[in-house]
Amino acid sequence: MNIHEYQAKQLFQQYAIPIPEGSYADTPEHAKQVASELAGNGWVVKAQVHAGGRGKVGGVKLAKSLAEVAEFSHELLGKRLVTIQTDSLGLPINSLLIEKIYPIKRELYLSLILDRATERVMFIASNAGGMDIEAVAHETPEKIISVAVHPAAGLQGYSCRKVAYTLGLKGQQIKALEKIMHGMYKLFVDKDASQIEINPLIETDSGDLMALDAKINFDDNALALHPEILAMKDPSQEDDKENEAQRFGLNYITLEGNIGCMVNGAGLAMATMDLVKLKGGFPANFLDVGGGTNVEKVCEAFKLIISDSNVKAVLVNIFGGIVKCDVIAQGILAAIEQVHVTIPVVVRLEGTNVEEGRALLTNTGLNLYAAEDLSHAAEKVVELAKAVA
Amino acid sequence: MSILINKDTKVICQGFTGKQGTFHSEQALAYGTKLVGGVTPERGGETHLGLPVFNTVQDAVKTTGATASVIYVPPFYAADAILEAVDAGIQLIVCITEGIPTLQMLRVKAAMAGTGALLIGPNCPGIITPDECKIGIMPAKIHLAGSIGIVSRSGTLTYESVHQTTLQGLGQSTCVGIGGDPVHGMNFVDVLSRFQADEQTKGIVMVGEIGGGEEEDAAEYIKAFVTKPVVAYIAGQTAPAGKRMGHAGAIVTGGKGTAAGKIAALRAAGIEVVNSPTDIGVAMKGCL
Repeated sequence: MNIHEYQAKQLFQQYAIPIPEGSYADTPEHAKQVASELAGNGWVVKAQVHAGGRGKVGGVKLAKSLAEVAEFSHELLGKRLVTIQTDSLGLPINSLLIEKIYPIKRELYLSLILDRATERVMFIASNAGGMDIEAVAHETPEKIISVAVHPAAGLQGYSCRKVAYTLGLKGQQIKALEKIMHGMYKLFVDKDASQIEINPLIETDSGDLMALDAKINFDDNALALHPEILAMKDPSQEDDKENEAQRFGLNYITLEGNIGCMVNGAGLAMATMDLVKLKGGFPANFLDVGGGTNVEKVCEAFKLIISDSNVKAVLVNIFGGIVKCDVIAQGILAAIEQVHVTIPVVVRLEGTNVEEGRALLTNTGLNLYAAEDLSHAAEKVVELAKAVA
Repeated sequence: MSILINKDTKVICQGFTGKQGTFHSEQALAYGTKLVGGVTPERGGETHLGLPVFNTVQDAVKTTGATASVIYVPPFYAADAILEAVDAGIQLIVCITEGIPTLQMLRVKAAMAGTGALLIGPNCPGIITPDECKIGIMPAKIHLAGSIGIVSRSGTLTYESVHQTTLQGLGQSTCVGIGGDPVHGMNFVDVLSRFQADEQTKGIVMVGEIGGGEEEDAAEYIKAFVTKPVVAYIAGQTAPAGKRMGHAGAIVTGGKGTAAGKIAALRAAGIEVVNSPTDIGVAMKGCL
């Protein structure tokens, strides 16, 4: 799960990680009021969306007067922001972060990730702050240092010093960085984060370190342990259909094609999308209905799929293991009737009681095709989608 | 021969009296698995499915001599269950549970280092040696005792591979679902090395998916050490970056873990990678 920058900075504050003075606002008047309460004569107005690359597309503006704060806020609020990390529709700007401007001497990069290869929580740091760290890693890997933390030993001072010296920090700054790293590590472990990124971590003219930006992702598997994190969820930043799917325990991801896919199992669902593409079609979604498929789940899955007006045909691919194919076939028939599915549906069933299952799906008078195998099913659905389109 | 489990493997079930534990234990017993008992705290001394229930894994091991355990406990209790099995000296731990927080698994793996215990999963279908021993949730009927070793990150794609190699008349020596989580137990290389050493295994099917770098590691290992034919399939060629595709581990981030990268690495190692998941069985037969 992702949260907004302003929420991440609230967490930073709780963990003694220095952040710029500022506050959240959701109207131009509110923004102006926040700015007037901050000392100084310049402010930054930052659109709060769950995507990076905001600065390049006008989502971060520098205001020189309170009037400008209100003006920029008015411009941004209610608009959708399209960045390099969003789709072509972008994400809605419902809130802003108004902050004081600080004189920047240097921009650094500091993040904490869960590294799969070493199975450790790992700090990544670089002098090349403010830039796309993946590009830095690709072009100048020598500019990046990584330090793994052993889960039993925890974060040690030497690890922090190693990062500090690599970043060219001196004196009190080393202690300051150590404090920031300890705060990040504690936050990561306390809240089951999967990533904490500070890009940039700035060194101000006076030598202070400060998190100018903040990004935190959390492990979805652990959210039930952290209701205070779950409460930060902003559904407006997520796909409506993906939100709806979650309510019914379905794994659904919207794609841009016209062939709806309903599959049991994540691996098979990905493979089915790939196969549709291989046969010349375009999948409209990823949808894993899970292991214990029942009529209710199949109904909800059909509702989701056909709520996408791009969808011209549906491919159902179920490998019935524990659940018998005839039971699944009955579920599909019930779902098509209940949900009033009128577009063609191709079904591939395999596994226990497959013959009975296929028999139930043949000669139904519905726009339904029981395929003999997966390859034929994919070909058939691509053909049907093309015929409709 | 087979790998990791056979007809003599004594298995216990953790979470034995729960709904999942009960259902899949019944299936395992019907298949002929030497399931010798189960563990549910506070239920020790009872009999369930005709087998003894123990309060602790240690009690179960002492009484039954079990060397393998299968875990069907809810996600927030699974780390505890795995480490209890390790502590009791269980050699092969199969964790079916999906949804364990990644940091908990990371601590479990660190705690397991040096113990010699093997972990399969979590978030996996389990392991089966056809006609001998079934530990997990896979449908029994599709299997056929035979010569192909199958290793996969995905449950349903394991079943596809089993089904296809059965239809080709090849059958399976052992099938291992290593699981869809980012931090998990045995990896491709751990299983591949055992298939290479196993006489019964004549060919290997490896099913990977997007995310992480284990397929790339497997490619290097196969090139250097595996002489048996390997057919590979990688799921997720059309998956968008940054989205978790069902499995917690199936995500492309920062341009890493793409299907294209994995396929290229496997092909560069001389491994036959099929484009379609429907070609696995035919391709395997063609390699033998």
